[in-house]
Amino acid sequence: MSKVDLSVNISSLKLRNPIMLASGTVGYGNEIAEFVDLNKIGAIVTKSLSLKPRKGNPPQRITETPAGMLNAIGLANVGVEVFLKEKIPFLKKYDVPLICNIAASSVEEYVECTRILNDEDTIKAFEINVSCPNVKEGGLQFGNNLSAVGRVTEKVRAVTDKPLIIKLSPNVSYIHEFAKVVKDSGGDAVSAINTLVGTAFNIFTRKPKVQNVFAGLSGPAIKPIALAKVLEIHQKVDIPIIGVGGIMNWKDIVEFMIVGASAVQIGTLNFIDPTAPIKIIEDLEKYCLQMNIKSISELTGSYII
Amino acid sequence: MLIVNSPVKEIKEIQKDIFLQKIYSPEIAGQIKPGQFLNIRVSETVFPLLRRPFSICDVEGDFIYLMFNIFGEGTRILAHKHIDDTIDILGPLGKGFNITDDFDLAVIVAGGLGSAPFPFLTRLLKDKYEVHSFVGGRTKNDVITYNLLNVQTATDDGSLGFNGNVVQLFEKNLPSFKDKRIKVFGCGPNAMLRALKEVCITHNINCEVSTECAMACGFGICQGCPIESTEQSDKYLLVCKDGPVFNVKDVII
Ligand SMILES: Cc1cc2nc3c(=O)[nH]c(=O)nc-3n(C[C@H](O)[C@H](O)[C@H](O)COP(=O)(O)OP(=O)(O)OC[C@H]3O[C@@H](n4cnc5c(N)ncnc54)[C@H](O)[C@@H]3O)c2cc1C
Ligand SMILES: Cc1cc2nc3c(=O)[nH]c(=O)nc-3n(C[C@H](O)[C@H](O)[C@H](O)COP(=O)(O)O)c2cc1C
Ligand code: FES
Repeated sequence: MSKVDLSVNISSLKLRNPIMLASGTVGYGNEIAEFVDLNKIGAIVTKSLSLKPRKGNPPQRITETPAGMLNAIGLANVGVEVFLKEKIPFLKKYDVPLICNIAASSVEEYVECTRILNDEDTIKAFEINVSCPNVKEGGLQFGNNLSAVGRVTEKVRAVTDKPLIIKLSPNVSYIHEFAKVVKDSGGDAVSAINTLVGTAFNIFTRKPKVQNVFAGLSGPAIKPIALAKVLEIHQKVDIPIIGVGGIMNWKDIVEFMIVGASAVQIGTLNFIDPTAPIKIIEDLEKYCLQMNIKSISELTGSYII
Repeated sequence: MLIVNSPVKEIKEIQKDIFLQKIYSPEIAGQIKPGQFLNIRVSETVFPLLRRPFSICDVEGDFIYLMFNIFGEGTRILAHKHIDDTIDILGPLGKGFNITDDFDLAVIVAGGLGSAPFPFLTRLLKDKYEVHSFVGGRTKNDVITYNLLNVQTATDDGSLGFNGNVVQLFEKNLPSFKDKRIKVFGCGPNAMLRALKEVCITHNINCEVSTECAMACGFGICQGCPIESTEQSDKYLLVCKDGPVFNVKDVII
């Protein structure tokens, strides 16, 4: 009976609705599938994968902050080979676009991961996490360096025809410059934003609450920042944007779309209410009916400033 | 794994600052095992944001019990729930105690709020096994013996029972269990569990402990709760999914 077209496109990737599950917040899909009918979701993004398995950081990895949380997981993951052998078979059972998120410590590793994963038909797109230390260039994050982001985009583009999304770091002065480099280097879309760098200390022991000291802030506390970053990109660069950061309900999604997002990702909320994505889809449909919106994609960039 | 909204039926302060909450939750009561835990959303707002993990303290028919103290904002809100307020529960989570191995005597070693999972375990063990409990705390106010059997207590300040820690008390009593096949079930602060592990490994005693770690999801999707494994140094186990109960041989505490 649905009268609303919830489907959206991100370059050649077609999603049945704009709701994607964010990298690092749904593992490889199997646990979350106990709560969410994955066949109803727009897309699922894997935990960041690297060429070899990564153990990740020692505990404590997370702590709560006002309306948010800090995490320093350290990109713990099974690596591309185990992913293909042990994790993909489960995901194949679902009719949900699978997006592989890749994290690496050199341009070559990004390329190699993409090359290995590219032959797998179940994988419908790649999302490149550039918030990783570039080991060859002194450990500075790729995501803070315009030319590094350009190089990663260009080199990965050369080995895949699948939609290529670059997930941008918010820890930069002008995020639109990075979106522009992505576009100019052949990327199809950007996700904004990854977590913001933060920290928290125990005032009695004077020690950091998260062992790694610096950690990534997520959750509703970052939503206004994420919205501003999406808007900045939308105003300056013509590239599809996937809005991420602090989404807790359908209203947040509408807000992200109004400021320029074509689709969105739900992250931290999956930890708190893993059934939320499904409820949100129903609520979005109601909003569209109420507002006489025939296709949800009409919302994208519909701000009145 | 379920998400249910279950009504609070009773809140009791069983001793100073220690609360026991009785919740009507047939769904959880029917499935949960001792040592498993629940991840509870104490508020619908964004503060506190994350769920809070609690051990299952006891099960009686369709009712479940939680035991906690007021530690921070989340437990404060939980302690101030009214009768018939509902609580948003995600669970049962994790792996509980294994009570099918070969033993004749169960020994519980608990420190502070580490007593929380043991009323339920005791309930399931007491008809089949002899159960002894060693319970410790910093002072007598921190010793929780609620619904435990054959209790001996220890306090760091000597205000109740043995003057020293609970692991020392347990070790001192080991000779009295000499001819029995014993299994130890431990819960408490990590420093205590580390000491308990050492005693059990030295005396070749089968021992399982319930560990604690900061958690976000509680069901394996965030990777927030690593614990070092003794078998595989190249990857961590997850406290929420592979635990919270581990055999002491399997983890580095
Ligand atoms: C498997 C498991 C079972 C537990 N069972 C019980 C129980 O039966 N009774 C009980 O009183 N407590 C139990 N705890 C500890 C309980 O989760 C914390 O006391 C509670 O989360 C504190 O929340 P708060 O908001 O009051 O404190 P705050 O300090 O405000 O909490 C801030 C953050 O730190 C986390 N945190 C604080 N203390 C702990 C802790 N000790 N372990 C893990 N996370 C913590 C909170 O979850 C929250 O995310 C258990 C913990 C785990 C991991
Ligand atoms: C525990 C945790 C782990 C994450 N892991 C990854 C990751 O592996 N790769 C990645 O690109 N982003 C990762 N993220 C970032 C999220 O995908 C998302 O960009 C961010 O959390 C902001 O969205 P949110 O506020 O809805 O959570 C992680 C976030 C959290 C909270
Ligand atoms: S708490 Fe999320 S994986 Fe254990």
